[in-house]
Amino acid sequence: MAVVETAATPRTTLSERLVGWISRTPVHIALVVLALIWLVPSVGLLVTSFRKRPDIAASGWWEAIGDLDFTIKNYSSVLDAQNMADAFLNSLFIAVPSTILPLMIGALAAFAFSWIAFPFRDTVFLAIVALMVVPIQAALIPVLKLFRELDITDSFIGIWLAHTGFALPFAIFLLRNFFITLPRDLIEAARVDGASNLHIFSRVVLPLSVPALASFAIFQFLWVWNDLLNALIFVQNPDQRPLTVTIVNLQSAYGAEWHLLSAGSFILMLLPLLVFFSLQRFFVQGLLSGSVK
Amino acid sequence: MSTPAAPGSVVGKPPPGRLARLGRGSGWQGFFFISPALVLLGALLVYPVVWTVRLSVDKGRRQLEPHEFVGLDNFKRLLTDDRRFLDLSEFPPSGALINNLRWIVLYTALCVILGLAIAVLASRVRYESLIKAVIFVPMAISATAVAMIWLFVYSPDPDQGVLNAALQGINSGFDPISWVGREGTVNYAIIFAYVWASTGFAMVVLSAALKGISTEVIEAARTDGATDWAIFRRIQLPLLSLPIAVVTVWLIINVIKVFDIVYVMSGGGPSGASEVIANRYFIETFDGGKGGYGAAMAVIMLLMIIPIMAFNIRRFRSEAVTR
Repeated sequence: MAVVETAATPRTTLSERLVGWISRTPVHIALVVLALIWLVPSVGLLVTSFRKRPDIAASGWWEAIGDLDFTIKNYSSVLDAQNMADAFLNSLFIAVPSTILPLMIGALAAFAFSWIAFPFRDTVFLAIVALMVVPIQAALIPVLKLFRELDITDSFIGIWLAHTGFALPFAIFLLRNFFITLPRDLIEAARVDGASNLHIFSRVVLPLSVPALASFAIFQFLWVWNDLLNALIFVQNPDQRPLTVTIVNLQSAYGAEWHLLSAGSFILMLLPLLVFFSLQRFFVQGLLSGSVK
Repeated sequence: MSTPAAPGSVVGKPPPGRLARLGRGSGWQGFFFISPALVLLGALLVYPVVWTVRLSVDKGRRQLEPHEFVGLDNFKRLLTDDRRFLDLSEFPPSGALINNLRWIVLYTALCVILGLAIAVLASRVRYESLIKAVIFVPMAISATAVAMIWLFVYSPDPDQGVLNAALQGINSGFDPISWVGREGTVNYAIIFAYVWASTGFAMVVLSAALKGISTEVIEAARTDGATDWAIFRRIQLPLLSLPIAVVTVWLIINVIKVFDIVYVMSGGGPSGASEVIANRYFIETFDGGKGGYGAAMAVIMLLMIIPIMAFNIRRFRSEAVTR
């Protein structure tokens, strides 16, 4: 996120600045109210996830903040008894290949669409971009049928393939838009030196495109990690269920047992929040390049 | 498609001069590079979409496969004889299709207005990046988690749900409301939860566009005595019209497919009051095994998205011209 350039404003006297600050009071109030609306819901569930079960039923979380009577038992019980630890590993095991596969296959294709001349190149590229808006609901039934025929509904392969196929249009679009900005001279020079396309791709284009590759990888990883619909359909073995499906099952099995649901939700959110705070720059870049060119 | 044309005769913009000559025979190489993508896209998107369209005019009950052609019966039934999908028998009309339209209008408008307001307001304070991070964080988390966070906010028990507790704090005679358990409130409750999750997207895009507006123009207007509102209304807003259109299109495409948040928060209930197309699709297809009926809904979603896609491609072209 861009840092604001406030340094440009000329130095003013204290009283002038005070007047300026007061005249902006409505702005401050509006922003604080908005910040509260955005923070309070998550904080409420976070506090609840550390409270004892009888306490949760007896009083609101806002009354408990000062008590410091917290427990991590909710977390240990969802991790052990509710198999959340396994589900966490399943989520990882689904998300990592589902990120790497479209990244590799998409980068290969995006390279060809940017730097190799071949017949119907731009037509094929436009057709792939158009596929970006196909709702996956228009593909789910036949894909499930295909996976049943290939007998891969009981393994992770199905969901890896599904996520890869559904992500490729966006991957190709985003990476191609980055690849074409690379300096032409560099790639021509490599060609003159006799480098093959594969060599140029792996030694010139990929190393220069780390920011774009990272943006897509982060975006896709979070997308897959957070996905519920594909997991509900393509993960049919109960031992392979990811976190999202496990939490939904927890909710339908026990109802509003908030000590379990709150802890489970934060286990689900843990990795995305870590990724977000450490790699925010790439995440925002990916978002911007995906939407506004 | 397999006959490689002479280099340089490529549709669109071929790499000029030396590059094209050096790329001799690279027609085959290009296809080699895109072939893994083409195979996967063909098997997992293109062919499935064709199959879904075929299935939508079929009874398709057994094994989700076509076996009995029924013409447009599925569509006719959806639009005239399925109260959970579309119910025009009373006013206001209801059903999944109507709810999706409600989502498109309310969700999109709220996300864009809030995102724009926050982008503009935050640009005027020193803690801009902090406030933007706070608004943006929900973008990173799963709709499933968003659903849990807001189900807890909406809890009918005022000792758990902060919304009912706050309303009771304001007016002690307030009777707690089951926000997602009542037909009159459930849609708005879920829509707001999803607005909360998506406003960050609109804000980030519009904020980036706002930073792109030359400060000189704004300073000049300010020296001429323009008020903040005039600057926003006459300078910033017109210059933001393209990014606003982009965000709006993206949000609409996204919300036609809305599923997770509804599935987790209400499952479409109570008594079908919060159904959306994607939820009906999921239930009829995968719980009910009615492949043809589900496919018809998927085709309706596709038909809703195509005009928006056409709009998007036009923009894509006009942008390429101005670039």
